[in-house]
Amino acid sequence: MKLRTLVLREIFERKSQLLTSFLAILLGITVIVSIKNITHYSEKAVALEMDSLGANVLVLPKSSTLQDYYAADMQGDTIPEEYVTRLAMSDLAGLDNLSPKLSLPVELQGKTFTLTGILPKSEFQAKAAWSGAGIFSRPVGCGASVGMMGSEDKKTLARKRVIDTLNDNEVLVGADVAGKLGLKEADTMDVLGRTFSVTAILPQTGTVDDARIFAHLHVVQDLSKKGPVINAIEVIGCCQEISNGLVDKINRLLPDAKVVTITQIAASQININRMMSNLSLMFLVIIIFVGGASIANYMYANVFERRREIGTLMALGANSGLVLRIFLLKALILGVAGGIGGYVIGTILAVVLGPKLAGVIVLPMPLLALLAVGVSVALALVASYFPARRAARLDPCATFQEV
Amino acid sequence: MLKMENVSKTYRHRGQLVTALNGANAEIPEGDFVSIVGPSGSGKSTLLLMLGGMLSPSGGRVLLDDQSIYDLNSDGRACLRKQKIGFVFQTFNLVPYLTASENVQVPLYLVGRDNSSQQARAEELLTRVGLSDRMHHKPSELSVGQQQRVALARMLANDPAVILADEPTGNLDPETSQQVIDFLEEVNVEGRTVVMVTHDPRAAARAKRILRLDCGAIVSEKPGRNGRHATAGRSELMLNRVEHATDRRIQRR
Repeated sequence: MKLRTLVLREIFERKSQLLTSFLAILLGITVIVSIKNITHYSEKAVALEMDSLGANVLVLPKSSTLQDYYAADMQGDTIPEEYVTRLAMSDLAGLDNLSPKLSLPVELQGKTFTLTGILPKSEFQAKAAWSGAGIFSRPVGCGASVGMMGSEDKKTLARKRVIDTLNDNEVLVGADVAGKLGLKEADTMDVLGRTFSVTAILPQTGTVDDARIFAHLHVVQDLSKKGPVINAIEVIGCCQEISNGLVDKINRLLPDAKVVTITQIAASQININRMMSNLSLMFLVIIIFVGGASIANYMYANVFERRREIGTLMALGANSGLVLRIFLLKALILGVAGGIGGYVIGTILAVVLGPKLAGVIVLPMPLLALLAVGVSVALALVASYFPARRAARLDPCATFQEV
Repeated sequence: MLKMENVSKTYRHRGQLVTALNGANAEIPEGDFVSIVGPSGSGKSTLLLMLGGMLSPSGGRVLLDDQSIYDLNSDGRACLRKQKIGFVFQTFNLVPYLTASENVQVPLYLVGRDNSSQQARAEELLTRVGLSDRMHHKPSELSVGQQQRVALARMLANDPAVILADEPTGNLDPETSQQVIDFLEEVNVEGRTVVMVTHDPRAAARAKRILRLDCGAIVSEKPGRNGRHATAGRSELMLNRVEHATDRRIQRR
């Protein structure tokens, strides 16, 4: 017989009564852990995106909404291709490169992909200049798994081939497209009635670029029958110049377009992250009150139900300190179990739901286990202290039939 | 020796002053077997609680081996209980989620005995009360009589000098009651002091002395069947056992 045996036996004997309190603490911790986990990776993704793309400016049609940097050109509205020339011919300082794009949805073998027209040199130089990680690849650490970046030689090959030559009948195929259509280099494919040769399969990037087929801009313009238009121009700018008002200058140059920076695009995600942080704080407050009240209520009921048993233990020689320890150990076990359970379930939820809710890949955060167990144990102990003290002060006379 | 000196106990119940004990005096020498009888509400259980250090008197003193029990704080009294006093209750008061063996181990755990020694002692005691084949049964899996036998084994766990029994046969059939009283006699013969509160005249008569309580005071005392007169006819062997057991207790102290 040990204190632990005494406490564990009682817990398992009356587990159904404990269930409500355990569930209250488990669910509370689960929600806190999952929100914290998703928020952490979402914030990290935004921060890295800002680091990598902070010097980029997007020129979009006025009607465009700002949601996803990588999908900014996929909203259907267009601006004249002539804007590219206007920018290129301007004397704006801080414009390092330009990359115009026109995108069309295409259906291949019953699946929908995006055909994106690019101007080879500008597109690829611009992309390559982002982070040195390779064309079309998302900057390392943006929430995408680094291990999924693909082979380096392929990226190099793709970059070298395209910079100089992207013929009208050549396409570069994103990793998802190649996977789903079973394409490999040098294959041919029909898109919108035109036959292309697959010049390269691009490495996985974790962005919508994986579901794209890249062809020459002018070919895509022909296939779209929209004339010399584009959906977006990526302007690779210079940080210092952006802070010196590059966006305003481009706006003055192109008054009919919307000129935005990555900061503005990320603003909505930052707001979501802030909301999730607040939500997590709110849940923390809720769990403290609801979970704490539930545990305290259960413990008071438990003390009342066990007063004869407590009295018996006292009659057998248990002192008040031991009785206090019996109830606090029970609270500790409840807290540790709720904390660990909440961490595990919360982490699984975050990993599964994170990509769907926040569009980021979420990995388990072992540090959150400490937070989960810490909050859970502290709450269980504080909520149980007064009931435990009441038990320790019980009158052992309750064990006898009459007084 | 247990001693009560002019002990009184009053408390308020729904605004009215209730006198549970009113200047009770008693001396219970070591090795005595005393039955306390009296009508309901006469203060029997109050007296037993006071002897066990669980209910402080409003006036007077309770002494165990010349130590005034209520001069100790509650933890000191708890310590005294686990070392010197064994309780047995009418409703057995077994811990429902522990097995018979674990119930017997509780007092042993309280005095800090290690696990293996607890198990060995519990096995020895349960064998003594005839429950060696029920050691891993929970109280709900035992008959009423078996539950009381587990309680008797638990009572003896720490080899107490004083046994306080509160209506130990109150919930039992006559045959099992007989066995319980036999057992109390047996432990008394070993040299332990037994104080038993009971409503059952036949059980009370098995003690050496019968104290009658009424209105919170001891109003009469008479010898029981095992009292001085009754024991005169008992076998020499039994008396030898008493002497031997008393010697053993003295040596242990």
